[in-house]
Amino acid sequence: MTADILLEMRQITKAFPGVKALDRVDLKVRRGEIHAICGENGAGKSTLMKVLSGVYPAGSFDGEVVYDGQPARFRNIADSEHRGIIIIHQELALVPQLSIAENIFLGNERGKRGVVDWRETNHRTEQLLAKVGLKEPPTRLVDQIGVGKQQLVEIAKALSKDVKLLILDEPTAALQETDSRKLLDLMLELKAHGVTCILISHKLGEVRYVADTVTVIRDGTTVSTLDAKAGLSENEIVRDMVGRDMTHRFPQHERTPGEVLMEVEDWSVWHPERAERKVIKNASFNVRAGEVVGIAGLMGSGRTELALSIFGRSWGRDISGTVKLKGQPVDVSTVQRAIAAGISYVTEDRKSLGLVLDETIRFNTTLANLEGVSSRGVLKRNEETRVAERYREALATRTPTVFQKVVNLSGGNQQKVVLAKWLFTSPEVLILDEPTRGIDVGAKYEIYTIVNELAAQGKGVVIISSEMPELLGMCDRIYVMSEGALVGELPAAEASQERIMSLIVND
Amino acid sequence: MALAEGVNKAGETGSGKGIGAYLASHLREYGLLLALIVVMIFFQIVTDGTLLRAVNVTNLLLQNSYIVIMALGMLVVIVSGNIDLSVGSVMGFIGALAAVMMVNHGQSMFVTIIVCLVVGGLIGAAQGYWVAYWKIPSFIVTLAGMLVFRGLSLWLLEGQSVGPFPREFQVIANGFVPDLFPAGIGETLAGFFDVRQVNVLALAAGIVTAAAIVWMGLTQRARNRAYGIDDEPFAFFVARNAIVAAALVFITYKLSTFRGLPNVLITMGVLTVIYAFITSNTVVGRRIYALGGNQKAAKLSGINTERLTFLAFTNMGVLAAAAGLVFAARLNTATPKAGFALELDVIAAVFIGGASMSGGVGTIIGAVVGAFLMGVLNNGMSIMGIGIDYQQMIKGLVLLAAVIFDVYNKNKG
Repeated sequence: MTADILLEMRQITKAFPGVKALDRVDLKVRRGEIHAICGENGAGKSTLMKVLSGVYPAGSFDGEVVYDGQPARFRNIADSEHRGIIIIHQELALVPQLSIAENIFLGNERGKRGVVDWRETNHRTEQLLAKVGLKEPPTRLVDQIGVGKQQLVEIAKALSKDVKLLILDEPTAALQETDSRKLLDLMLELKAHGVTCILISHKLGEVRYVADTVTVIRDGTTVSTLDAKAGLSENEIVRDMVGRDMTHRFPQHERTPGEVLMEVEDWSVWHPERAERKVIKNASFNVRAGEVVGIAGLMGSGRTELALSIFGRSWGRDISGTVKLKGQPVDVSTVQRAIAAGISYVTEDRKSLGLVLDETIRFNTTLANLEGVSSRGVLKRNEETRVAERYREALATRTPTVFQKVVNLSGGNQQKVVLAKWLFTSPEVLILDEPTRGIDVGAKYEIYTIVNELAAQGKGVVIISSEMPELLGMCDRIYVMSEGALVGELPAAEASQERIMSLIVND
Repeated sequence: MALAEGVNKAGETGSGKGIGAYLASHLREYGLLLALIVVMIFFQIVTDGTLLRAVNVTNLLLQNSYIVIMALGMLVVIVSGNIDLSVGSVMGFIGALAAVMMVNHGQSMFVTIIVCLVVGGLIGAAQGYWVAYWKIPSFIVTLAGMLVFRGLSLWLLEGQSVGPFPREFQVIANGFVPDLFPAGIGETLAGFFDVRQVNVLALAAGIVTAAAIVWMGLTQRARNRAYGIDDEPFAFFVARNAIVAAALVFITYKLSTFRGLPNVLITMGVLTVIYAFITSNTVVGRRIYALGGNQKAAKLSGINTERLTFLAFTNMGVLAAAAGLVFAARLNTATPKAGFALELDVIAAVFIGGASMSGGVGTIIGAVVGAFLMGVLNNGMSIMGIGIDYQQMIKGLVLLAAVIFDVYNKNKG
């Protein structure tokens, strides 16, 4: 049996200061199988794949990787690709302005002495495209084909490099149903041709459809390895994925929501570039004082676009609908006005949208309300420092001083700085977009505690999250969003992952 | 991975409070000051003391005044994440406009200056409009502006040099502040220092400014202490302030033994203080750094990034106009070639001063010191009789070295 093992990862431990991302993970992949890796966001799946592909070079982690019968010590991605391990990331790595053929042979060009042989390139491309079942001319530009087809181009590119082990990281996250199905069927076909696949996916239906073996990872450790050929229920996987007791992950809270604080009515938004696409479809929702409301939905369902368009029309065009605060319509046509009206929006991507990374905690804390620390346009430095210190203490941001550059902080502490920035604008309603993405469990708990305090102070909080346990553990009500429309509303008591999922799927 | 590095670094700065660690993290600031001193000492020696002769010190200030004035605006533009390639041409165009108004049409100096500054502002606004509201890259807009205003100068002057300017206009660049103190004090001091004359006002101004700088440094230091900011070691503080104060007193002493304080030094000094204050102590200044540091985050924090960009360019236009007036007054004539390639000196000064091409980083003081570093290089090499060919090469390499030093420092830190 051991001869059958293509890849074995033993006792892989990868620590970042303060966080153990992987703790003695074991993974065994048999030659010619489709092996699914399941786990919640942040469980360590991506880190494990980075260890495997050499993004984290040998020596930067503990444990052993045995590949194709030999110990593997990859120094970088080129090393692992050389051995036939190819990873296709969620965000596709194609150059949109180049043709399909140019993309497939990028860095691996067909030709002699630096002169590209286009006939050979296009001919080989045609063969590869036929293999993945993509009917497009090799000269078509990548940005002229849809995401589903781009995914196939990526696979064709992998095949051009004599792939032995193909890793697909959430390949269907951005795909429509039919495209997803095609992709899964292609995986089965590749398997028939002897290619081993690792599939990372949240979608358990897909996992059941293609996988031979399932490894579940939770909190950086391997929980179980399940044989899927004999038939496996989704419940078994979910049980292992969630595993722990939910009450310990979320602070206790008792809330008594008051009057309706913010109402959004009939909100519609069109895509800024593609005029025919209506991204938000007549969404209506409300938040009460002292209430925490969740918005659930898959990535790409329009949650972030909804929030951004409400917050100063920061996304989209031809926006229509009304926003009311305490029953009065308010003008939210610019970010300044939205802030003045009492709305704050904590962005999903704190590094590129939330913080000026090379500046200090103090600089970032006061950025959205400089009027609060200045008189007649002149900054009061001492006052500013006091404000930053106050929030540092209130939110327990771990840093030697508020003069530390935020780039030096951990994800959790960075998120606290972003929160501090918005709290200093004294908002009535806070919209938090993926507030705990990429931060460790301890910091998550602290963020949840802050949310509870805000609700206790009578503020309205809207949480947008991909992590359903987070929504279930924190919210009083959950709206479900699918393809730009709010398709359902569940009180916390009636909500469950299954009900939310079925609302998304049945839409 | 970023997270891992972040925590590492936080640990380092938290624990490493030694002088070495402090020096490493502030190498850039000290390096710039040190470079200026080394370059000055070097040229002082190789030019047999000509560099720091009173007349040459005066000259150095006059020669670089318009570069410094434009560097102030350029620093703001570069911190906001943009660039302005048109300033040399705009400067030349404004000089031409002033000449045509005053020399050809006999307009009064007062009206001319007002019109020129307003036109400069309009030019900046026009360019800023395309950059800010149409999102056209500033490199392209101002490259176009560079050509347009170069052509406009030629057209306005009809290819001729126009001059001379009236006496009262020349004074802007070539005049000196008269000594307000009784002549007796100056004579006594002159006898004491064994020199021909001493302009007491100049010397007094130098001493007062030096004292003010030291006093402000001390209060800042006390305040930093109170908030527990990682402060510079006392020895560094003393050395830095001693050098700056001594240099100031020395330079004003030199000036005082020649003709006193040049008018343009006052202009330059006042503008520098104003812009240093705006960039570091006002809401607008803070927002410009945020805009350059992360435009999207700034916008989502309620900052009107478009208007800010627009204002940065408008401001640059006004300062380019001011520099144009000083330049024309200094040469006492407006020529079609005035300001040619000067934008590159201005931009180089800002980058040597530690600003970052990607925006969000840079200081007014750095830009001014950068401008003088270039100025001393120019001046010293000219005195030595080094050909313009070598001068260009050396200046180019200095710019490259300064930026490599920055990038190296950043990667290492």
